[in-house]
Amino acid sequence: MNNKIINWFKFASPQSFYPLAGRMIPWFWALTAIFTVAGLWISFFVAPTDAQQGEGYRIIFIHVPASWMSMFIYLVMAFWAGLGLALNTRLSGMMAQALAPTGALMAFLSLWTGAFWGKPMWGTWWVWDARLTSELILFFLYIGFIALQAAIDDPRRADKAGAILALVGAVNIPIIYFSVKWWNTLHQGSSVNLAKSSMAQTMLWGMLLMALAFWMYAIAVALTRARAIILERERHTEWIKEVVR
Amino acid sequence: MFAIIRRDLLIAARRKSEVLTALFFFVIVTSLFPLGIGPEPTLLKKIAPGVLWVAALLATMLGLQRMFAPDHADGTLEQMALAPTPFGLLVAGKVVAHWLVSGLPLVLLAPVLGIQFDLDAGALGILVVALMLGTPLLSLIGAIGAALTLGVRGGGVLLSLLVLPLYVPALIFGAGAVEAHISGLGAGGHLSLLAALLALAVFFAPWATTAALRIALE
Repeated sequence: MNNKIINWFKFASPQSFYPLAGRMIPWFWALTAIFTVAGLWISFFVAPTDAQQGEGYRIIFIHVPASWMSMFIYLVMAFWAGLGLALNTRLSGMMAQALAPTGALMAFLSLWTGAFWGKPMWGTWWVWDARLTSELILFFLYIGFIALQAAIDDPRRADKAGAILALVGAVNIPIIYFSVKWWNTLHQGSSVNLAKSSMAQTMLWGMLLMALAFWMYAIAVALTRARAIILERERHTEWIKEVVR
Repeated sequence: MFAIIRRDLLIAARRKSEVLTALFFFVIVTSLFPLGIGPEPTLLKKIAPGVLWVAALLATMLGLQRMFAPDHADGTLEQMALAPTPFGLLVAGKVVAHWLVSGLPLVLLAPVLGIQFDLDAGALGILVVALMLGTPLLSLIGAIGAALTLGVRGGGVLLSLLVLPLYVPALIFGAGAVEAHISGLGAGGHLSLLAALLALAVFFAPWATTAALRIALE
């Protein structure tokens, strides 16, 4: 009768996770909507115009959260992948697979908005700056992960192979980041200097709210995708037939 | 392990064309750059380390798929996994054989191609040392990719998609060493970092490769 202790492994089974995710998704969507509205309102109407960068700086309210999330999601993905390898749970691999497209989207968004920001501020769409380059490589890693999973027909094998790739990538990310950083600084003085003046309080709030909005969005989308993956992979089971009926 | 190395070298020796193809690929790719860019010596000297390294990356990629695929096809790989010798050791042997067949020739050939790019003797020496440290690293990382894509649809293209981003540090420090030497900064730092990466990879890569191979064999 130890009902007080939550059995976490209960939700490691797709059958019990599926309705739980279904109940959680609307909440995360609601949180996404709240944070997005609040964040956008602060970033467009409350935050002051930047003294040096004018109105164009406002794209950082999308850009910075997207970059944060792209890195964070990779770590979460690697965490699920490692868990899946260690405990041999089916759901972990599904979560990793569900997170990958959102992570790739964030990395792409970060690069894209970065280019839009760079054109008026630095006068160029792209510089081979350390951060830009490592973000690009992160994007390639996501694409590699998705491509590997798509190429393997057996889902269990796809999960495991993807897990190893995600872990190898997670080990490599710091190495790549620092090598790219030193590569740039050794070649030439950094041509771009982000003059980070102390940020206005409201700007910081806008950014944090938007980051939260992106976070909640990522959770909601990943859960939705995980549910779809469960439906697809467990389609031969009885309980799915019950659910779908 | 040495038996594996000997066996793989023997197989390579019986099928010389595969080894030579990768080698000539390396020569041809590096020779295309001056044709595309123009024969100006100062410019060529500047791009030489990068060109030689990128060509070396691509040339080692060519042999990667053959590292495990034939053994997987005829069942040898499964026997290796069941053998009393640790599987990791046998895998390490295959990686060493791959490097001896497709890495070492590049190292030996690179100075000759470097002369085409007007590199002086000191820079050529650094290039050889950097490739000597870097090509085993490429074989080790590539082995992980080869194991992951074993028996997978469109494995060849997928392999390059997986492995090339992971090659970035090797490329940066390898080409950077030669460049630093040319610009008078000294190549020591780059070479030390390359050696550090190699030490890490020697420890971790066979382990990851073995895990990936066991998944493929399930």
